[in-house]
This record gives sequence, structure tokens and C-alpha cells, in this order.
Amino acid sequence: MRTTPNRAGRIAALVACTALALSACGSGGGDIDAQTAENEENAASGDCGELNMAVNPWVGYEADAYVVGTVAESLGCKVNYKDLKEDVSWQGFGTGEVDVVIEDWGHPDLEKKFFAEEGDGSGMDLGPTGNTGIIGWYVPPWLAEEHPDILDYENLNEYASEFATSESGGKGQFLGADPSYVQFDEAIVSNLDLDFKVVFSGSEAASIEAFRKAEENKEWLIGYFYEPQWLFAEVPLEKVALPPYEDGCQDDPAEVACDYPETELKKIASTSWVDEGGPAVDLVKNFQWTNDDQNQVAEYIAGEGMDPKAAAEKWIEENQDKVDAWMG
Amino acid sequence: MTTRAPAPSKEAQPDAPERDGLPRWVPVLAILVGWIALWALLRGQDTLALAGRERTDVMRWLGDFRDGVIASRSTNPVVAFTNGVGEVIRSVFGWLQELVSVPAFPRPVPQVGWLGVTALAAWVGLAVAGVRMALLVAATFVSFGVLGFWEEGIDLLLVTGLSVGVVVLLGLPLAVAMGTSPRARAVITPVLDAMQTMPTFVYLLPIVLFFGIGVSGAVVCTLIYALPPLIRIGGHGIRSVSPTAIEATDSTGQTRWQRLVKVQLPMARKTLVVGLNQSTMAALSMAIIASYVDGPGLGEPVLSALIRNDVGSSLVPGLLIVLTAIMLDRTTTAASQRAESAARGVGLRGRQRQVVLAVTGVVALVCVYLSRTYFSLAQFPDTGWGPRLSEALGSLTDAVVGFLSAPAEVFKNAVSYGLLNPLQNLLADSPWWLAAGAITLIALALGGVRAVVSTVLCLAGILFFGLWNDTMLTLTMVLVATLLVMAIAVVVGVWMARRPRVDLLLRPLLDAGQTIPAFCYLIPVLALFDPTRFTAIFAAVVYAAPPAIKLVADGVKAVPETTLEASRSTGTNAWQEITQVQLPIARGSLVLAANQGLLYVLAMIVIGGLVGAGALGYDVVLGFARSEEWGLGAAAGITIVLLGIMLDRIAQAAAARQGVSKRQSLLARARGGTRRAA
Amino acid sequence: MTATTTTETTGPARTGAGLEVRNLWKIFGPAADRIIGTPDAELSRADLKARTGSVVGVKDVSFDVAPGEVFVVMGLSGSGKSTLVRCLTRLIEPTAGTVRIGDQDVTGCSESQLRELRRTQVSMVFQHFGLLPHKQVIDNVAYGLEVRGMGKKERRAKAGEIVDLVGLSGYEQNYPDQLSGGMQQRVGLARALAGDPQMLLFDEPFSALDPLIRRDMQNEVIRLHHEVGKTMVFITHDLAEALKLGDRIMILRDGEVVQVGTPDEVVGAPADDYVADFTSEVPRSHVLTLKWVMRDPRPDDDLDGTAMSQDTIVRKAAQAVLASDKPVRVMDGDRLVGVVDDEEILRVVVAEESPA
Repeated sequence: MRTTPNRAGRIAALVACTALALSACGSGGGDIDAQTAENEENAASGDCGELNMAVNPWVGYEADAYVVGTVAESLGCKVNYKDLKEDVSWQGFGTGEVDVVIEDWGHPDLEKKFFAEEGDGSGMDLGPTGNTGIIGWYVPPWLAEEHPDILDYENLNEYASEFATSESGGKGQFLGADPSYVQFDEAIVSNLDLDFKVVFSGSEAASIEAFRKAEENKEWLIGYFYEPQWLFAEVPLEKVALPPYEDGCQDDPAEVACDYPETELKKIASTSWVDEGGPAVDLVKNFQWTNDDQNQVAEYIAGEGMDPKAAAEKWIEENQDKVDAWMG
Repeated sequence: MTTRAPAPSKEAQPDAPERDGLPRWVPVLAILVGWIALWALLRGQDTLALAGRERTDVMRWLGDFRDGVIASRSTNPVVAFTNGVGEVIRSVFGWLQELVSVPAFPRPVPQVGWLGVTALAAWVGLAVAGVRMALLVAATFVSFGVLGFWEEGIDLLLVTGLSVGVVVLLGLPLAVAMGTSPRARAVITPVLDAMQTMPTFVYLLPIVLFFGIGVSGAVVCTLIYALPPLIRIGGHGIRSVSPTAIEATDSTGQTRWQRLVKVQLPMARKTLVVGLNQSTMAALSMAIIASYVDGPGLGEPVLSALIRNDVGSSLVPGLLIVLTAIMLDRTTTAASQRAESAARGVGLRGRQRQVVLAVTGVVALVCVYLSRTYFSLAQFPDTGWGPRLSEALGSLTDAVVGFLSAPAEVFKNAVSYGLLNPLQNLLADSPWWLAAGAITLIALALGGVRAVVSTVLCLAGILFFGLWNDTMLTLTMVLVATLLVMAIAVVVGVWMARRPRVDLLLRPLLDAGQTIPAFCYLIPVLALFDPTRFTAIFAAVVYAAPPAIKLVADGVKAVPETTLEASRSTGTNAWQEITQVQLPIARGSLVLAANQGLLYVLAMIVIGGLVGAGALGYDVVLGFARSEEWGLGAAAGITIVLLGIMLDRIAQAAAARQGVSKRQSLLARARGGTRRAA
Repeated sequence: MTATTTTETTGPARTGAGLEVRNLWKIFGPAADRIIGTPDAELSRADLKARTGSVVGVKDVSFDVAPGEVFVVMGLSGSGKSTLVRCLTRLIEPTAGTVRIGDQDVTGCSESQLRELRRTQVSMVFQHFGLLPHKQVIDNVAYGLEVRGMGKKERRAKAGEIVDLVGLSGYEQNYPDQLSGGMQQRVGLARALAGDPQMLLFDEPFSALDPLIRRDMQNEVIRLHHEVGKTMVFITHDLAEALKLGDRIMILRDGEVVQVGTPDEVVGAPADDYVADFTSEVPRSHVLTLKWVMRDPRPDDDLDGTAMSQDTIVRKAAQAVLASDKPVRVMDGDRLVGVVDDEEILRVVVAEESPA
């Protein structure tokens, strides 16, 4: 190491002195220190503890999660939002990494593994969110308008050829959805003798983009969709009537020939977290709202491009009465 | 990101194919004709297509195995150990985060604010890689802040750094084992193949079970993908240390350890650095996937924009990932070159340099101090540029999509009806034994006996896992995509090789195409092409074409000027020059480009599953999305690995016959930029 | 196999260890150790390869090298000479046979004994130098000392002396790739000398160099041999080099010894056509001694002319013989063994002008 300690040292000393002088002028930059002190004080007060909120990847869920989370924060809780798919979220109950899944569309398989009845009991049902999930076959609004009879499944075969694409091998194409959802469309198509082939979009993004484009360009499209979903604010899809759902008609996946049941969306929580109790547990238990409420927040997020947190705050401000009811 | 083509080798001379007597396409054509004839008679029989929800015993067994592991997790000592490891990772990461990226409670800001972090990073860049790299580093860091992704950007760097640290700890000893013991090499190589081709979605959830949600699971998943380049390339570097030097130093009576640390490792240093660089790129490419399990970083905003179908908002963090990749690539490359020359004491600037470093170091420390003191130097002020840029990018994308949608539709239909459907009919509607037999014969014609052995083993494995029909559908798309990649690579590659200006212009675009996460452009591509197989192919082409183009361009450029002069002296025109001289001589590069293109296309299968391509990619996505289908996903993942190994071995054997050395293909594969979407 | 006799040679200070090789075999390929002792071992190289898939590198070679002697092993490429020299310190493990260096049985020693032997007794110089590109010249030279565990200061001081000895002063801080080929090989030489070994092995050290530099380096070796006087085993495919450097020469073909002898023996009395062919273009007057060209005295010879030793090289004797009008008497000590006249000298010289 060939160095010139003298010169380098001198320059370094010079700069150090300048720095010291500068900092003296800045007199410690009060605002950071002040906030630090304030934070320390605040930390002493609240005793709500932590809330680990799973955030599953769809906008409606984000709406629920951030509204509940924001209210919890106002109660003095520290909320950790964790971006996770459903399976991982449920796995996290046992390890304490996840406390709440705020919107569950029904996962019998996971319930079997993690609820007390059959599984390890790390998770439990905290009741409905008040939202009703409606799953079914949908077409873009322009199509429903021009061919109203298409909204009955019995007329679908007349139009099958219009729905054909490069993927459907000569039949009409039915757009299956993101694999996260339970789908019986292949069975329904074959059991109702429909001249359609199910092609899976593979992701929610792909389905949304397909419906958007179909409406915009007046293209023929029929596919699996569901509400509440923010897309309805932009493109109000129309539901096609299938033979109505009856108890048990979906028990054998291969024999399904009826519509999907309406799903009561649920809140799932970690058993140990519920056992600990606290204001956040009560909040999650009490939380309930309507599809319109959720669609409103989802629209803020997806339509207006607001940050989920900001969207939640805006809704809370506008609906203080509903929020107060959850605190009850 | 820097792909080098092999110099045209002697064997790759134009007259090479006549060695076997017949050009190789003749038997291949004969096989195809025979296949089509039989297909016409037997189509639709024994296609092994599974009905919608049908699952095989193997898939159920895989699912049960996974359930068993979950059930035993509270009692399993392995899980206790891995949970411990996960805890360590999380706490180290948490500490680092509070240091530089998230508020260190009770402070409202991190211990070191943005100015300090940027200054320190730039100083490190200056010290190891020079002024220009320091500026690049500073620009990258500042753009994190300006666009409103400071925390995410720094988190991404932290996760990448942490993963690469572990990669070095685990990978170096394994690279040494690969480099010094042929037996270890034989054992490790197939494991690395599997690690690199197995879709992350298959092991993401089990890994999270063992190591926990968040950064710990993310780091371990990243490790699985980022380890192989260092081990492969490093092992290769150690293996190719001059045997004379080893013999000469052995003759001085050195011990094995002395040989390793004094001779092999120092002499392989350059290659080790290349390996490390590639591992870093691979680690970075896992950013998006990691955010599926709450891994911190720039992947998170990309995904959350994706669920809102907001193209602009996903492009901004996506471009920051590109910028980060370019920064890491260029600085590590520059650093290794510089270290080389610095070790030699080149120039007398040593003193000057130390003075500069000392002074700038002090300046950086002052910045650190200031960033601990002033709020606006600690937390990046909100500029509002990020949303504005997303909006602009969003409308730009809309405009482009609107402009292109009509021709896109025509092109999509042409490829789908003209190429995709016929090929798919042949592959997927043939009885399985006919398709398998034909593939084996083609492997024999292209790659000889060695290729056949791998092919038969892989086909047997594919059959065993029960997704034969889906495999044929996927294979169809892979072949069509590779064909398109090669068509583009030849046209653009030759263009770049003949026009230096075009080359200069296109290279950064190619780098971006290779590093930008596919999730960022899924929506516009879907808007153009709907959820179809073609969309999947298009995404694969975007990803696979850049390395192939670079390989072709470099190969054509490597054609000796004297050869071109000689041909011009006979009065050839440009077309003749390209087809008669440049392409034939660069044939080694073309073969290599095809091999690489194929592997890169394979890496996008799962993305294909997300955009309507169905088949194996969809099976993997389904297994990831629904826990009861995990067995299907795992079987599909293993099948993808087998398909990848099979295609790779056939291509390698074919390339070896073309005189492309294994080394070239290894390095090209490793360097082409190892990014995989899922 | 050719039995060998150690000829007493005269020369500079003779130090170093002797070498004794007995029935050394190296067979590459499957079942290598099951071939020796069977009839297969007697097959030619090509036949054995066809029969067993194994290749003979070294076939039942025995020889001795006296302390301080320069012993040259010569043969065309593929003759097994490089394999042979590597077997001497087991850089290649011999299949059978024994090697003794000094009083140590190399073939029987343990790995650590072998390391010790390589560190202190035997050094080697390689055709392609085998320098470490990441180390400076001085550290390349000191490498052998480094692996022994000698401290940096001490080994650099020692290496500095050797660098001076091989004429590389001033280049200590350079890196190998900054040097010419000849200078790189000086570094290789210095590295071999630095450990002060008893024996030096050279594996075609100068074949990668161009002719002028090669000549310089050969002279360098001769000079060093005069100064430090180590036992040297020198591998080459260049007969001129062998004749120039060797006290004795061993000629190998297909792994087998064809002939062992002093340079003039090899040229003057080639063991077979192979060797004869080899030596046919050698400038014989430079190699042969009077012993090989003299004739018996005839009754009419005038035997009071000049007397010369029978070991005088023809070229050196030529002028005196041609100048003398009487035949020159060739003496073995005090005994008259023959005479040479103009005719004998001219026969050798003219033969060179128009080679057969």
C-alpha cells in the first residue's frame, strides 16, 4: 500500500472539520429527534399489540384488509400487511406469522387441514364479512344488450360458433378463470351438452383484460367471473342463467350441471391470536359490510388508482357510522 | 446480459454437414413424413389426455407426501432447524432494513437516510469500479427515491445481497467440488439442472412451510435458483485451470489445500466472478416470485399493480428492476476487470487514487451524518414523479396497443392456424407411443446415440408422471416459440452485425427485454392477443429472443474480415454475402442460439399458464393456487424439468456435432442472463 | 532390455543425488495393472491397444544416472519420454517398477514423504512453463519455498538470489505474461533451482522457444550445470540439443529403450536403423571423436607425427590433422590405438556436405 498519509490525512481532516461546522449550524436537525421522542411516548400508551393481516392478491380483499387494518391502527395496534396467496396465509396461522384472513371464498380443503374438526386447529372461522360472493357465467354488457336471449344457457348453442377462437378447436370458447377459484365449467359444458370448449385464462388479470377488451371492441366472450369485483364498476358484466343451484348438485365434480351457489364470504383467524383477545380481535369479529361498500373502496383503489391505505382512510371518513358500529 | 458468441470454429465450415454423407435434415424429414402418415391413420387414439379433474396415483401420492410433511411440522426436527435458519435470516434482514430502508423505531426514519445510503453506495462503486460506475450507482439509488420506491428498491438490493452472500458461502465449496472431482460433478450436475428448470411455484409453498413467510422464504427460494450459475461456471473455471500450472506446482510438493487456494482458486478468479455475476442476476430475477410470499422488494408493487390491471403502475417498478439489474451487472463486471488491473499495480495513480478515496469517503460519511440529522435527507421527499410516469407509460401502452391491435390479430391467427394448430394436432393427437418413437428417432438423427439415451429416460419419466398430453401441448408451444425466436434472431442478429449503429441502439433494449419481469407486460400483451397460446409464445419470445439475437450478432461479427473481403472480391452482393458466407460460417453460433433460445422459452412455460396457454404451465399454476392440486402441480413441475433436460441434451448433442464446444454453450447459457419468471 | 553402464565422466563439481530406475512400466487404460507379466505385455503398442484398449506409455525401462550427470532422454512425440519423467516423481503414478532417488525409494514412499521429496530433492522445469499468472516473477520463483512454509521475507530474499543467477534481475515485480517466452522459462528454471534440489528434471523445456533463444537457454543450462552441478534428467525430441547437453543419451521408442550411450556412441554406433535414421543428419564432425574415425596403423605409416587423445572431437582435430603431413596418432592414454589421416577426416566432413 503506497499511500501518502500526510496529504490524504490533511484533506480528510479538513472535510471532517467542515462537516462538524455544518452540523453545528444545523443544531442537530430538530425534527427527527422530536419525532423520535414523540414515537417513544406514543409507544408507551397503546396496548393493542400486533395484527398480522394477510393480504390475498385481489382488490376486493385489499379493500377489506386495509379498512380493518386502518381502524385497528386507530385503536393503537401495529398492523403488518403480508402479501400472500391463500394457501400460504393459512399455513401462517400455526406459526404466528398470520393472524387474519379477512375475506375467504371457501376453501374446504384448507379447512380440513387447519380447522379443529379435522385438522390441527390452528385456524378458526370468525363469521361472515357481510359480502356475498356470486360466481357464474358472464358476458360483456354489449352482448347482453344485443342478444338478450343469450342470458339463458339454453340458447348458448345457437351462438356457439360466434364464440370460436384459435384456441377452441372449432367449438365456442368458454373462458375459464384463475385457478384459485373452484370451477366446474368443463363438467357443466359437457353435462348440459353445450358446444363449447373451456380455455383457462390462467389468471385474474387475463380474465379481466379479456372482458374489458371484449366490451371495448364488441367481441364475443363468455366466461367464469364473480362479484364483488371492482371490474363491475367499469364493465357491468351480465350473468347467464344456468340451471339453478340445489343442495348437493355440485357434490360430484364430474356430474355438475347446475349454477354455482352464492358464497358467504368469511373471516378466518388464527386460533391462538383469537384466544389472546384484545381490541383487534373484537374488531375483526364485528367487522361486516355490504358488497357496495367493498365495491366503493375497490373502485377507489383500482379505478382511481389510490393507494389502498388512502382509499381505506377515505371510506372510513365517509362512513364513520358503520365503523363505529364495529367498535361496539 | 453479455452474451458472447463462439468464434467460428473449423468444424463449423460450410462443408461440415457432408461429413455424415447425408445432410442431417434428410432423415429428420423422412421421420416426419412417416410420423404424419401414421398419425393420419391413428389420430386420437392413446393420446393419454386427462379428463378435466382426473388425477393419477402419482399425483395423489405427491400431494399426500406434502400433507404428511405439513402434518409433521411441529414434531419434525428438520422443520425446527429450518425454522431456526429462517428466524436468523429474518432478524439479520430486519436489522439491515432498519439500518437503511425502514424506520428504525422509535426513529421516524431509518438509521441512515437516503442521502447517506446513496453516498456510501456510490463511494463503494467508486472504490471498486470507478467514477462512471459510481455515477450509475448513484443514479439508480436516486431514481428509487424520485419515483417513490425507495424502500422497495433498497429492500430488493438487501434481499439480493443477502441471497448472494449465502450463495457464495454454499456455492464456492460446491464449485470447488465440481471443479476438482469428476464424481462430485456427475452427482451435482443433474441436481443443478433440476434446480434451474423446476418452476418456482412448485416449491414456493413447501419452502415457506420450512423457512417461514417473508424474507426467509424468499431468500431460500432465491438461493435455489441463484446457486447453480456460480457452481456451474465456478466449477468450470476451476476445472479449466491450466493443467501445466497445476502439474508444475504439484512438482514443488504442494499439498492439495495449497493447490486449491494458491493455484486453482486464484487462476479461476475471473470465471468465478462471471459465475457470481450470473448468480446475482438470477437472484434479482426472483424478485417478483418472492413477493408472492411477502418477500420484500420491487416485486411487490409490480404484483399489486397487476391485480388492478394497471400497466403503468407495474411498469415503473419493473423498469427500476431493469435499472437495478443493469447497475449490478455493469458494476460487478467493471469491478472484476478493475481488480485484475489493480492487482497488477497498473499505473502510478495508486497514490492519487487513495487520496481521492479518502476524500470522497469522508464526504460520504458527512452525507451519512447529514442524513441522520435532517428529515428531508433521511426520507426521500415525495416528488410525485412516480405516479406521473406511470400514467404516461399507461397511456403510451394504451396507444401502442390500440395501434397494433389489428395487425396483432392477423399475425396471431396466422401463427395459430398456420403453425400452432397443425403441429399441436400432430404431437398431441398422435398415440403416445407414436409421438415418443418419433421424438426418439429425431433425437437419434440430430444428436446420435447419447442423445437417445437421455431422450428415452426423460420420455419414460414424463410418461410416469401422467401428464403426457399436456407435455405434448407444451412442447408444441416451445417448438413454435423457438422457431420464432430463431427467425427473429437471424434477421435482427445479422442486421446488428452488419450495422454497428443498429447494434449500439438495440443492445440496451435487448438487456431490458431480458430483465424486465414478464408480469409487467402481461396486461398489454393480453390486450393484444387475448388469453391464448400465442400470448404465451409471445411472452416467451420477448424473453428468449434477446440472448439469441446477441449470440447470432456476435457470431456473425466474428466472421473474419479477410473471408468477407475474399468473397467481395468475387463480386457477391449483400444477400449472397449473408447467405453464402456469414451465416454458414457463424453456424456454430446459430446452433448455440437455438439451444439457448429453447431453454429460455422453457423458462416461460409457467408464465404461459397465467395467460391462457393451458398445459403444463397451467397445471403448475393450479397446483400453486389450490392446495388440493399440489400433487398435479408438482408432477407438472417435474415433467417440465424432464422436458427441459431432454431438449437440452438433444440440442447439446446436436451442437457438439456442429463443433460447438460444451464450454461455449455452458458459458453462453450462464451468461445469456439467467432470469426466469416463475 | 538394454543394460546400462555408468560411464565415469569428467566435468565440473559433481553434486546431487543419483537416480536408479528398474523395470518401470506405465500403462494407461482399463485393467492396466493386470497386463504386466502376461503374454500381452510382449505385444507391440498397437496390438495391445487393439486387444485390451490399454496404451503403453513406458515399457519396462531401467537405467541409472550418476550424481551430477546430465542424462538426456530422447524420442519423438509419443515415445513415452514425458510420461517417463513424470513417473520419476510420481506426477504420473507408475504401473510397476521402482525408482530410487539418492537413497530414497520413490515408488514406495507415502504421500507426505513424496511431498517432502518434491520440496527438497527434485525440481522440474516444464515445456509450457506452468507459471502462475497471478503472481509476480519473484513469487513464482519463491513458490516452492512458499509451499514449504518459509516466511515471505526469507523466501523472497532467497528467490532474489536465484533471479540474479538466471539473469532476470530487474524483472522481479513483473507478471509472467509481461515477459517473453525465453524469459518465462528462465523463471521456470529459477523456480526449480530455488529449492536447492539434488536433481533437476527438464521436460522439453526449450521446445516452445524460437531457435536463437533456445540456443541461449541451452548455454544457460550448461553454465548453470557448471556453477551448481546438479544431477539433471533432460527430456527432448531434438537430437542436436541432446548431443549438446547430454553426458549420456537414452533413446526411447514406443515406450521402450532403444539405446543408451554417450553422444558419440549414439552417432557412431547406432543400435538400429531407427537410431541411425535419427542421427543421419547430425553434423558428425561435431560429435564423433577420433576413436570413431581412426584406422589401424599400416606398416607404411609414419608414426612420429602428432599424438591426440581418442576422445578428441573430429572437428577440433581436423585442422591439425590436415595441416600435418604425417598421420596423427590416436592415443588411449599412453597406448597407441590407431591413426587418422586427411582421408579419414575428409570422409566425415564430406559426408556432411552431401548427406546420404
